[in-house]
Amino acid sequence: MVSPYFRENEMAERKIRLMVAKPGLDGHDRGARILARCFRDAGFEVIYTGCHQSPEQIAAAAIQEDVDLVGLSCLSGAHRTLFPRVVELLKEQGAGDIAVIGGGIIPDQDFPLLYDAGIMAIFTPGATLDSIVDWVRTNVKPRK
Amino acid sequence: MAEESEEMDKLRKIREGDVRTASRLIRNLEDNLPEAKSAIKRIFPHTGRAHVIGITGSPGAGKSTLVDALISSFRKKEKTVGVLAVDPTSPFTGGAILGDRIRMQRHAEDPGVFVRSLATRGALGGLSKAVGDAVHVLDVMGKEIIMVETVGTGQQEVEIINHSHTVVVVLVPGMGDEIQAIKAGIMEIADIFVINKADRDGATQLYSELTAMLNMVPEFTGGWRPPIIRIGNVFDSGPFGESMEELAAAIAEHYRRLVEKDLLGDRMRRKTLVEINEALRDAILEPILKNLTESGEMDRIAGRLLRKESDPYTIAEEVARRCLK
Repeated sequence: MVSPYFRENEMAERKIRLMVAKPGLDGHDRGARILARCFRDAGFEVIYTGCHQSPEQIAAAAIQEDVDLVGLSCLSGAHRTLFPRVVELLKEQGAGDIAVIGGGIIPDQDFPLLYDAGIMAIFTPGATLDSIVDWVRTNVKPRK
Repeated sequence: MAEESEEMDKLRKIREGDVRTASRLIRNLEDNLPEAKSAIKRIFPHTGRAHVIGITGSPGAGKSTLVDALISSFRKKEKTVGVLAVDPTSPFTGGAILGDRIRMQRHAEDPGVFVRSLATRGALGGLSKAVGDAVHVLDVMGKEIIMVETVGTGQQEVEIINHSHTVVVVLVPGMGDEIQAIKAGIMEIADIFVINKADRDGATQLYSELTAMLNMVPEFTGGWRPPIIRIGNVFDSGPFGESMEELAAAIAEHYRRLVEKDLLGDRMRRKTLVEINEALRDAILEPILKNLTESGEMDRIAGRLLRKESDPYTIAEEVARRCLK
């Protein structure tokens, strides 16, 4: 049985699924949790995998969950290694179509390296929640 | 023709255990795409091999943690494992946070384990509408054990019995008085009871209440009296590990009993009936509702009801007469 409330509000388009993950040893997940909540409120299905994830775990989970997008959060300074590794692993496993974005404490001078590695967008302190949701809505289409 | 062979190719990949193809199919099932249904038509004949275990209980009872520990236990015995973990969808935005995986991420890289989160998307029984078909997908992938974790349930989200061979009801101490144990609903569906967090106050009392409740049952189906397994603090790894083995053994024993007493068929029949019910609803009721909504008649009906010009039964009979000739 499906509640009639849902039937009335059912959207014709496909639901966006995304994953919020924290790679590496960084345990500061307040930002990631707020973002997960905000994606939920935007009507997305959000898989949250918690802290201390290896890039291998993140890539495997993203594929098992069939997400459209992985959002990586890192505040420890290890983004130069960890973010590109996730993209690489997804590509190796035939899942290069899963978009990867990043956020956290990321100095401007690292942006080119991350973009070159295939990170599609980077959000740093000061980015509004709305701007992140808008980016997702504009750039991520649920795949066929 | 090309489409046909593409579909056969997908099916072959799923049977070989390809995660990407399987998880995509599950997604298409959740989104209710017609092509996903046609895939189920093809895989249906190959289903029915896995042991499906339902794990249910109130929010925060420790379901995900138990599933995680059970995965380890089954993997030690070299069984392949699939997990479907359901979390609630927001009734307001349609969004969801699926967080059951957090407890299971240490198994993410194990190729013998496939964990998939599902949002309820408005389904009321503690599961998602796609669960039944998603179980078929994992089954065809060759997973020997499939665990289905419900949302945190209240007293009457009992749909899990329609989808599993063995139901584990997870309780924690301190949730209510002795009347709770004799109420109808979730307390009746357990094949196995777990008292989780049994190191907490009230565990002994809960144990005796459950025992007293079970003592009042005149006869158990197939002679199976649900065992009560007490599981202590997860961080106290020695005793925790032992009680998890006890739980895994009880699950295996229950399955053996179902097979021995020829009761597995009953459980499967229950699932089959639910599936055909759902399919009929999709094929008959959904098009009618869609038509009423799109033509604007649903709004007019709501108006008539609000003005008390008619009542739901009369209108339903009118619609039925018109649509079901």
